[in-house]
This record gives sequence, structure tokens and C-alpha cells, in this order.
Amino acid sequence: MDKYLMDTAALEPVAQIKIKTTNLDLFYGDFQALINVNMEIAANKITALIGPSGCGKSTLLRVFNRMNDLIEECQVTGTVLIDDQDIYLPGTDLIDLRKKVGMVFQRPNPFPLSIYENIVFGLKVHGLARKSELDYHVEQSLKEVMLWDKLKDKLHRNALSLTLEQQQRLCIARLLPVKPDIILMDEPCSSLDPVSTQRVEELMKVLKEEYTIVIVTHNMAQAARVSEEAGFMLLGQLVEFGRTSQIFTTPKDKRTEDYITGRYG
Amino acid sequence: MDYKAVKEFVVEKAILVCGLVSIIGVILIFFFLLREGGSFFLKVPLSEFLTGKNWYPTSTPPQFGILPLLLGSLIVTGGAVLLAVPLGVCGAIFIAEVAKGSLKEFLKSGVELIQAIPSVVLGFLGAKVLGAYVMDWFGLDTGLTAFTASLLLAFMALPTIISVMEDAVTAVPHRYRESAIAMGATRWQTIYRVVLPAAASGMAAAIMLGIGRAIGETMVVAMASGNAAIIPKSIFDPVKTLTATIATEMGEATGTHALALFAIAIVLFAITLLVNVTADFLIHRKRVK
Ligand SMILES: Nc1ncnc2c1ncn2[C@@H]1O[C@H](COP(=O)(O)OP(=O)(O)O)[C@@H](O)[C@H]1O
Ligand SMILES: [Mg+2]
Repeated sequence: MDKYLMDTAALEPVAQIKIKTTNLDLFYGDFQALINVNMEIAANKITALIGPSGCGKSTLLRVFNRMNDLIEECQVTGTVLIDDQDIYLPGTDLIDLRKKVGMVFQRPNPFPLSIYENIVFGLKVHGLARKSELDYHVEQSLKEVMLWDKLKDKLHRNALSLTLEQQQRLCIARLLPVKPDIILMDEPCSSLDPVSTQRVEELMKVLKEEYTIVIVTHNMAQAARVSEEAGFMLLGQLVEFGRTSQIFTTPKDKRTEDYITGRYG
Repeated sequence: MDYKAVKEFVVEKAILVCGLVSIIGVILIFFFLLREGGSFFLKVPLSEFLTGKNWYPTSTPPQFGILPLLLGSLIVTGGAVLLAVPLGVCGAIFIAEVAKGSLKEFLKSGVELIQAIPSVVLGFLGAKVLGAYVMDWFGLDTGLTAFTASLLLAFMALPTIISVMEDAVTAVPHRYRESAIAMGATRWQTIYRVVLPAAASGMAAAIMLGIGRAIGETMVVAMASGNAAIIPKSIFDPVKTLTATIATEMGEATGTHALALFAIAIVLFAITLLVNVTADFLIHRKRVK
């Protein structure tokens, strides 16, 4: 009997856990921005964080690459495991962490350098740049974000001359040469028009084959379109976390339901 | 007619008049410079003036070769730039990116304070104090050398370079730094791979302004360079610069000698123009690209 149960469990395709937080609290000085967050983010899926503005979505996202460390009075307690490694242990190599966990920001922010330099930046910074391989990485990365055909003759143009959508794709492309596992996206489409948004969403679906993607969005339709799992946040708490289809059709929490049906802003 | 319209009219005309006065002023200066200097070139050909090795304006017959003066200016200014630019770049980066809180405030006001020292005071200190040290350190016959003047000029150009450059570096948007850090760049990598290239045109402007300051500065050079119109063999020789020549000789210069000083002024004008145009070009090219 026991043995039988174990066998079926082994047969179930168990999603591998990429990021796991336990009793995570975060304070900006006296203000508690994250309250006891417990979640497990699956590898090679798109996980969306939704919730009204100011509820702590960006803060949570920035826990995963420790960008909150730049804020002086920011304090984190609890554990955050990435691939079973506690990234808040003293002595954690932040440079390695950020190589493994890339981030795309709300406003496209390529460096004011050439397209080429933007893409090889990561390689140079991490000492992985072998002269002979740079061209190869530029081509591969641009191909992955479907920019290569458009830009292959303009690689030495300033990246700021691109359209916003292209800039945002470039910001994704420049993460790829150092082979990250996780890509964090903080409202990556909020400055793009609907058509560009749709194309970037399609790109995400392609990328999740290789990368774990966590996307913050306050656009619920977007979360419904792209994500497989979703977390609803409110006032620093993770109110509900589960399969996106379940969150949107049969939310367990009243507050989630209220938000989904448009009772908050 | 209401009060507002009158005020509008008066202000507009006043601005127009001010603008015209300054433009006319510049045109007049240019005109006199060309007239006086031009009549000098009727007596001494330009090529002889520029390449002559001897500046003996008062001997008989006088010799008006400004090569030693050109070299003097070049060495003093060039030396100052070589000293001031690296120091200025480091200083600006330190103040903008590294120093925090009260140290930052202290350094910024320190830089402003240096800027406020009248150049005659600096020249005096340089000639008397620095000159003596230079003589000691290098075992020279005189402390008033091209090197001494370069040091002082560098000191004077530094605040301009640092403050303009610091503004340029500080103005680089935070989000570039943020994304570099998020990609795993160290602070130093962020600075030299992202912040400095982003600030490049502003930094070039700062350097050109600093050079402009060094070229135009007369008093310090006249007091500390030794004022010997001979072709220098090393930076530890006394030299005489173009600016110092005009300043020190205009009192007693008469006739052709006086006209020669105007001709020097034209040369100075041309050099300054060249520097400005180059600066404009560099800055503009950076921006377009
Ligand atoms: N650097 C900071 N210092 C203090 N409070 C902050 C800081 N950043 C964000 N907050 C606060 O934390 C809360 C969550 O912010 P954020 O994570 O940006 O929300 P969201 O991304 O969901 O809009 C907000 O109340 C915000 O005011
Ligand atoms: Mg946010």
C-alpha cells in the first residue's frame, strides 16, 4: 500500500522548485513591505506576481537578485533558496547570484552604448569574454530575442536609437550570453504599445523553455495570457499562490476574488 | 494700453539692446585687433613672425620671431593639461561616485574655494614658495621655470575640470547604474564601463574648459615662468608665453613693437578659436553617434 503510493508520486511529473521563500519578511526602516511570504516558484515556467500598485511586487522581485541590498535601511529575514542555496547567507557571492538571476526593468534601459557593447557587457563584466566568441554571442542573443535580422547591419549604432520594444528586447538579449537560470521582469511591457506587448509576451513563452521567468505585472490580462502560476499580493502579503487558471477562475481568497473582479484599482 | 503690455514691450527692447551691445562690442574688438595686427604684417611677413627663433623687440634692428613664445605657451599649457586632466578625472569620479555625506560636501566646497583664489595671489605664492621648492628639488639655478608655471596652472584648471565633470558624471541617470549592478557588475566596472562612457561628452567639455582656463590665464604664468624668451631645452628652463609677453611688454612698447603685440593677440585669438571649435566638434560628434 505504502509502496504503491510512493510509486505513483514518482510517476507524477513533479515540477522542479527553482526559488523557495520561507517566512520572508522585509523592512524598509520601520515599514514592513513584505509580510511572511512563503512561495515556491517552479523552474521553466512563467510565474506572475499581481496585485495593486504599492503592494510589494517589485520589492519581492528584488529579493531574488538582492537588489534591495542597495537600499541602506532595507532588512530581510526568513530564507530565500535558489536551487536549494540560501542566497541571504553571509558570504553569498552577489556577482554570481546576479549572473544567474537576470533582471529586466519597467522602463527599457539599455546602456547608452552600441547594441553590440550592450550584449557583450555581461561577458566582459564576468571575465567570460573571449574576443573570438563575442560576435557569436551577439548573434545568438539577438536571434533568441528575434532582433538579429533587423539589427545585424546596425550593431554599432547606439542602443538608444532603437524603438522602445527593440530596446526592451535588447535588455532581455543582453542577459543571455552569461547563461542565467532565472529572468526577473518588472512590468516589462508597461511602456510598450499593445502590439509590442503582444510580441514581447510571445518572446517570454519561447524563453521559458530555457529559463525560469518571474514577471511582475499589474495588468491582469497579461498575467492570464502568459503565466502558468500566479501569486496575488496585497499590502505586503502573498494572499494566494497557485495555478493561474485556478487563481483567475476559482480564487480561494475573498480578497483575490475582489481584485480579479475589479474591486481594487 | 495696459501695464502688462508696456512692461512686455520694455523688457523685450531692453533685452534686444543688451544683445546688440555685446555683439557690437565683440565685432569692434575683432576689428581693432585685425587692423592693428594687420598693419604689423605689412612690415614683418607672417612666416618670419611665426618661425623666427628670436624675440628681440627692442634691439636694433628688432627681431620679431615668436617661436620661443609659442613653444613657451605650448610647454606650459601642455604640461598643465597633462597634470590637470588625470587628476581632474580622478577627483571628479571620487567626488561624484565614491565620496559620501560630509566628505563629499567638504570636497565640493574645497574645490569652489580653490576657484575663488585670485590668480595674482596664486602666482605670488607660486613664484615665492613653490619656485623655491622646485629649485631645491631639481637642483636648478632658478625656480621660475615652465614646470613651476605648469604646476600652478594645473592647480588653477583643476577646479573647473572637477566641478564641470562632476556634474556630468552625477547627471548620468540612476537606471543605467542599476541595470549594470543587476547584471553583476562591480561598482568600479559600473563606473568605467557605463557611467564614464555615458558622461563622455560632458567630461570632454570639462577638459576643454579647463584647457581654456589654462591658455587664457596670464598672471600666474607671468609671475612664475621666468619670462625668458628663449627656446627651452627642457621643462625646467625659464620660458615666456604669448600671454605673458603681451602683459609684461605692453607698457613700454611703441611703434612696431606695439603692433607686434597686437599680432600676438591675433595668434592667441586663433589658437583659442581652434580649441573651441575642436571642443565643439568632439562634444557634438560624441552626441550624434
Ligand atoms: N526604497 C524604499 N524605501 C522605503 N519604502 C519603499 C522603498 N521602495 C518601496 N517602498 C515601499 O514599499 C511598498 C512596496 O513597494 P513596491 O515593491 O515598489 O510595490 P509595487 O511594485 O507592488 O508597486 C510601497 O509602499 C513603497 O512605498
Ligand atoms: Mg513596482
